[in-house]
Amino acid sequence: MRRTKSLKLLAATAIAALLLQTGIAAAQSNVLRIRPFGDLKGIDPVTNSDYMARNHGYMIYDTLFAMDDKLQIKPQMLEKYETSADGLTWTFTLRDGLAFHDKQPVTSADVVASLKRWGQRDGLGQQLFANTASLEAVDAKTTRLVLKQKWGLVLDAMGKPSSGVPFIMPERIAKIPATESLTDPVGSGPFIMKKDEWVPGSKVVYVKNPDYKSRGDAASGLAGAKQANVDRVEWLYMPDAQTALNALQAGEIDIFEEVPPDMLTLLSKNRKVKVAPQDSLGVQVVFRMNSIQPPFNNPKIREAIRYMVDQNVFMRAYVDIPALYKDCPSFYMCSSPYYTDAGWVKQDLAKARQLVKESGYDGTPVVVLHGTEAGITNTFSSVAEQLMRDIGLKVDSQAMDWGTLTARRTSKKPTSEGGWSLFISAPTGADMMDPLGHLGLRSNCDSSWFGWPCDEQIEKMRTEFAVTPDLAKRQEIAKALQLRANEVVPYVPLGQLHLVRGVSTSLTDIPKAAIPVYWNIKKTN
Amino acid sequence: MTGYLVRRLLATIPVLGLVAVFVFLLLQMTPGDPAVVIAGDYATTQQVEAIRQQLGLDRPMLEQLMAWLGRLAQGDLGVSIFSRLPVTNLIAQRIEPTLVLTLFTVVLSIAFALPLGVLAAYRAGSWVDRAVMGFAVLGFSTPVFVVGFLLVYVFALGLEWFPTQGYVPLAEGLFGSLRSLTLPAITLALLYAALLARVTRASMLEVLAEDYVRTAHAKGLAPQPVLVGHALKNAAVPIVTVVGVGIAALLGGVVVTETVFNIPGLGRLTADAIMRRDYPVVQGLILLFAGVYVVINLLVDLSYMLFDPRIRL
Repeated sequence: MRRTKSLKLLAATAIAALLLQTGIAAAQSNVLRIRPFGDLKGIDPVTNSDYMARNHGYMIYDTLFAMDDKLQIKPQMLEKYETSADGLTWTFTLRDGLAFHDKQPVTSADVVASLKRWGQRDGLGQQLFANTASLEAVDAKTTRLVLKQKWGLVLDAMGKPSSGVPFIMPERIAKIPATESLTDPVGSGPFIMKKDEWVPGSKVVYVKNPDYKSRGDAASGLAGAKQANVDRVEWLYMPDAQTALNALQAGEIDIFEEVPPDMLTLLSKNRKVKVAPQDSLGVQVVFRMNSIQPPFNNPKIREAIRYMVDQNVFMRAYVDIPALYKDCPSFYMCSSPYYTDAGWVKQDLAKARQLVKESGYDGTPVVVLHGTEAGITNTFSSVAEQLMRDIGLKVDSQAMDWGTLTARRTSKKPTSEGGWSLFISAPTGADMMDPLGHLGLRSNCDSSWFGWPCDEQIEKMRTEFAVTPDLAKRQEIAKALQLRANEVVPYVPLGQLHLVRGVSTSLTDIPKAAIPVYWNIKKTN
Repeated sequence: MTGYLVRRLLATIPVLGLVAVFVFLLLQMTPGDPAVVIAGDYATTQQVEAIRQQLGLDRPMLEQLMAWLGRLAQGDLGVSIFSRLPVTNLIAQRIEPTLVLTLFTVVLSIAFALPLGVLAAYRAGSWVDRAVMGFAVLGFSTPVFVVGFLLVYVFALGLEWFPTQGYVPLAEGLFGSLRSLTLPAITLALLYAALLARVTRASMLEVLAEDYVRTAHAKGLAPQPVLVGHALKNAAVPIVTVVGVGIAALLGGVVVTETVFNIPGLGRLTADAIMRRDYPVVQGLILLFAGVYVVINLLVDLSYMLFDPRIRL
């Protein structure tokens, strides 16, 4: 009798354990675990231009417009939009049923407040508002924008995919000054941030937004349908790439962003893992010179750098898989509609040496802010240093962590007083597509990116580009601008790279977009 | 005794005050700027300047120091420059993994090192002694990341007995939590046990040469009671000191091990905060570590009385 009872108890325990295991397995299949390329340091994508803040923005917010996989700007939160015949008045109508995570409906008042906050910080947003006569809520669903003069980039600004994305947030949050960081992560996107589970430096948790109203049309890039097909997304930040690789191979995470190229061979041997591009555009590696201090304040030396560079040499030092890099003889991404190879020169070290000699170079060392943490920056800096020595420049390579590099490059002082001459960086392709949004071509002196190139002609062409609606004419301007950039050399592109992510084969329907996003992904056991 | 305790506790206040000022000044002198880290890689100089102003980083250093000390006096450690979360919350999130890992490591180390150290001293000069000392040298000289990755390769990726990384909170079950920390604890224990075994051996060798040990043997006592009851108790003072210092060091953060095993502990929080120049977090952590050292030193001093009744405080 006692034995029968014991057996029953044992059987019940075994069944309970089995059910628990099944439950755990089912729960795990609904959790998407990602090792992002960086840590989410702050949650305000307006005050913070960090790419992780942008990616976080795509999780919890929605946008009026979005870029599809053909790089076209399409309505996203909008039912429709109309433009007056003179092109000055734009009317935007929200879709029905849109709601924030706090259950409040999305209204045009939220749209106005969000765009105004974004317009205070983002470069393209500032230009939009400089050309804006009024932006107002007509009724709960309708927003009207009236321009002072015809401006051809309204859609480009509102559908901007990368840094400075015009996310729509509740009016009460968007009214917080753009100099203060937001602390309340309420949006209307497909996922809700669980702020109580956020462990900065370690973990960010999102859960499915059950009230999200997706578009009916097919998903395409960042546009179209957005379905949260998993109940929970966890960003598990692991600073060490080897740890992330181990976790992916053991099935503890589903996605490993920015896999270093030297680890790809290991991944290719694992049948449970595949390798996929991280985004559809890739990055452009840039050789950014300080144009206001010697030696790169000398245009002839900047010109010598153009002849020094062979993109292939730089990229093969970093990765030897041809599919992951591309020679792109242009300041614009090769996938950009403004791509042109006009005025591009081939590597000619003899010519580069000659230009250095002709420049009257006085031996001022090129101070390289050599970031040693990031693989791209480290490798490309090493190649650049050797090539510069080869053409007769004196090089002072200063190894440092990324935090020090980003602080040092704000200095406009001479190199002898803590200033700098060169750093290497790799902005995402979405920020290098056209003359207006282009990070490296901007040449408005103090307002331009670190290095502060100053050129009236380039700025004139950028302004003209902004007010030109016709694509063919814009392409002409972009070409002319490239020719001018080849003369004044605000920076030198070192090629395009495709960053890759390791992905579990249990995942399907991963969006192919300009930015890594996590809606629509399905996970099976 | 009570007077001693009060005096020692009161003495922590100026120690923490000096540490606070020193850390503040040190951080100000360190190259780097949180504003540029917040602004991101592609911000302009003007955007960086706006953030600097908003955070008050453009104010004179003395003004920033006084403001911080004023808040500190009220028990307010401030908020992180980046996440805008209170520093106390950030520290509280990280204490559990570090505490559990520390205790696990210390228990493993003591359980392993004490018998080895005693045995090595008892069999001094024999192959056992040489083997224990060989292990100690190996434990000292093998970098923790090498040990860590080897353990992961064999026991996580190969045998699949343990997870490769991560921490399971105690709230989700003691077994799961200890399982997630087994490999990191062994990694750390290897180093720590090596140190402890050496100290135990050295201390025991000294005690084993004492007259009272010889007398105990002469009385016909078995080796075990002599070693444990007489020798080990008298050799305990330096051993307890090393255990105390080890606990303080482990609580202070073991960045490499936490990074290799992706444990969200205080070590990684410290390293991240330093890399980002998140001044309030660094300052809060250093104060915490200073406090931990003071308290553990006090506890170690008090423990001396337990092992050696001749010691009076």
